[in-house]
Amino acid sequence: MYRYDEFDERFVHERVTQFRRQVQRRLKGELTEDQFRPLRLMNGLYLQLHAYMLRINVPYGTLSSKQMRKFAYIARTYDKNYGHFTTRQNIQYNWIKLEQTPDILKHLADVEVTGIQSSGNCVRNITSDQYAGRAKDELADPRIYCELLRQYSFLHPEFSYLPRKFKIAVTGSPNDRAAVAVHDIGLRMHKNEQGEIGFEVLVGGGLGRTPYIGQTIRKWLAPEHLLSYVESILRIYNMQGRRDNIHKARIKIIVNQMGIDKYRELVDQDWEFTKNGVLKVPDEEVARINAYFAAPTYEKLADQTAALTKLRAGDKAFDRWLRGNVIEHKVPGYAIVNLSLKAPGKAPGDITADKMDAVADLADRYSLGEIRVSHRQNLVFVDVKQSELYELWHKLVDLELATPNLGLLTDIICCPGLDFCALANARSIPIAQDISRAFTDLDELQKIGQFTINISGCMNACGHHHVGHIGILGVDKRNEEFFQLTLGGSSDQRASLGDRLGPGLPQSEIPAAIRKIVDTYLVVREQGERFLDTYRRIGIEPFKRAVYGDQSQAA
Amino acid sequence: MIIANRLRDGVVVFLGPGEGWEPSIAAGTVIEEANDAERLLAVAKRHEGECRVIDPILIEVEIKDGKPRPIAIREVVRAFGPTVRTDLTEV
Repeated sequence: MYRYDEFDERFVHERVTQFRRQVQRRLKGELTEDQFRPLRLMNGLYLQLHAYMLRINVPYGTLSSKQMRKFAYIARTYDKNYGHFTTRQNIQYNWIKLEQTPDILKHLADVEVTGIQSSGNCVRNITSDQYAGRAKDELADPRIYCELLRQYSFLHPEFSYLPRKFKIAVTGSPNDRAAVAVHDIGLRMHKNEQGEIGFEVLVGGGLGRTPYIGQTIRKWLAPEHLLSYVESILRIYNMQGRRDNIHKARIKIIVNQMGIDKYRELVDQDWEFTKNGVLKVPDEEVARINAYFAAPTYEKLADQTAALTKLRAGDKAFDRWLRGNVIEHKVPGYAIVNLSLKAPGKAPGDITADKMDAVADLADRYSLGEIRVSHRQNLVFVDVKQSELYELWHKLVDLELATPNLGLLTDIICCPGLDFCALANARSIPIAQDISRAFTDLDELQKIGQFTINISGCMNACGHHHVGHIGILGVDKRNEEFFQLTLGGSSDQRASLGDRLGPGLPQSEIPAAIRKIVDTYLVVREQGERFLDTYRRIGIEPFKRAVYGDQSQAA
Repeated sequence: MIIANRLRDGVVVFLGPGEGWEPSIAAGTVIEEANDAERLLAVAKRHEGECRVIDPILIEVEIKDGKPRPIAIREVVRAFGPTVRTDLTEV
């Protein structure tokens, strides 16, 4: 399990003391809001519609049960008994009081958690595969390199005032569960012709107002050069990035304006001076960080497939959950269990303080005290004995955390939307709730198969709508909320941006529109096709006709 | 009406009688004259300088069943709370 090193621990506590003084100065009027805003944002504190919102990093989506209990404590003591897990594997509290924030940050620092760099124009919390270190398809644990990058970029003086925020994601698996292609930098581990593990480096991906899929700037990068190469990418961006226009300030704009070849040339010119310098990563440093993420000592267990098959035969609901929410572990006798935060009618990613405590208790009892957060806003137990799956499942059912919808149509990504967010144009959570209530038949969900719906309440795309198989974007038209659908998006290893289906629809028509799209797909799909495969084969027209009928010509 | 967030806790407040800030929209002052709007906004800006509130703005409201209700959806949500968690807020 990762823990802070001694430098982080001391620094984070010092930062809390510093922020406490800044809050006092603000409350006394010694700092104006303009002066204070960047200081609070550096600690993850926003002002939203109803209150302050505090965003806390969950580095690489890895949490201990102790940290989860602290999240519950914060939710219960300082918020309104719940928190919201985000698409960046973070947690947000929606009802925070400025005057209490230093105390909250102190509590969080005590369990090695912080909001530093969860906001602002810096390198944000680096995200990764929620199954890192446990997945059977993984080449190496990506969190080692996330941590290396974090230590390097943490408060880096050259990169603390970038033109805009900067997001990095790393996957150690060929099956991309970290959406690396839609990040400012995406790192994909793979082997070169000599069989050595390195990174394909993507740059210039991103969603928001101007979405782009990242382009390969380097096909294979040796891990020892990771820091120097990333630094060169950042340096060119820092120098060339558009500070004059917030909508054009992300690296994706620069990369796409000058072209990937030119950007690569500039990066290589810079890198030439640094690649063999102090940023060359020694093996000992990788080994040192690796020890922080050391896998637990596993018991030698027999594979339980036969016993589970028997249980599945007698319990259809268990069978469904096992098939949907449980993933193969790299160690025999163990399993990875996904906890769905997408029960029908619930706000995706929300969890109450009581459930956080219950999850922490279950993690201690069944999963060696560790919890993961996925960018699809679910939780994960990564070290569950197969022999205990049936018992654990019963407990998760009682907590409403066993909805067997992982990767299915109701496993919806959803931003907080206009119900909470000061930037939003439309409410997104009610759309997610409507859809999840319209598709409650579990047999039907399984028949539909793998399907992603991503919902954002504005162009900023925190709900990743561009890369949902169906994306839903909330817009405001003369003070009325409408929702535009896109089809064919994906954030995996074959990432693609969705195509706009047609004019926006009112909230009341969204579930029926989704139903029409699904019905069309079910009629024309070929053997083994997911919705996305069918869409890529037949294109948008049949779906347009299904949703808009004759009006589709006009649209 | 004039809406803002209270500095110390971020709570949504409305400028009310006696230049006080009220958490309930029903207790806020509905401004009918342009001159009053200008004068009260100046008061609100002064309060912002005094670190009582942040970002005070004028919003349009209509009177429904004798109670003020913002016209813009965004301000309706601010005034009455998240529509998905009505258990947490005044409706």
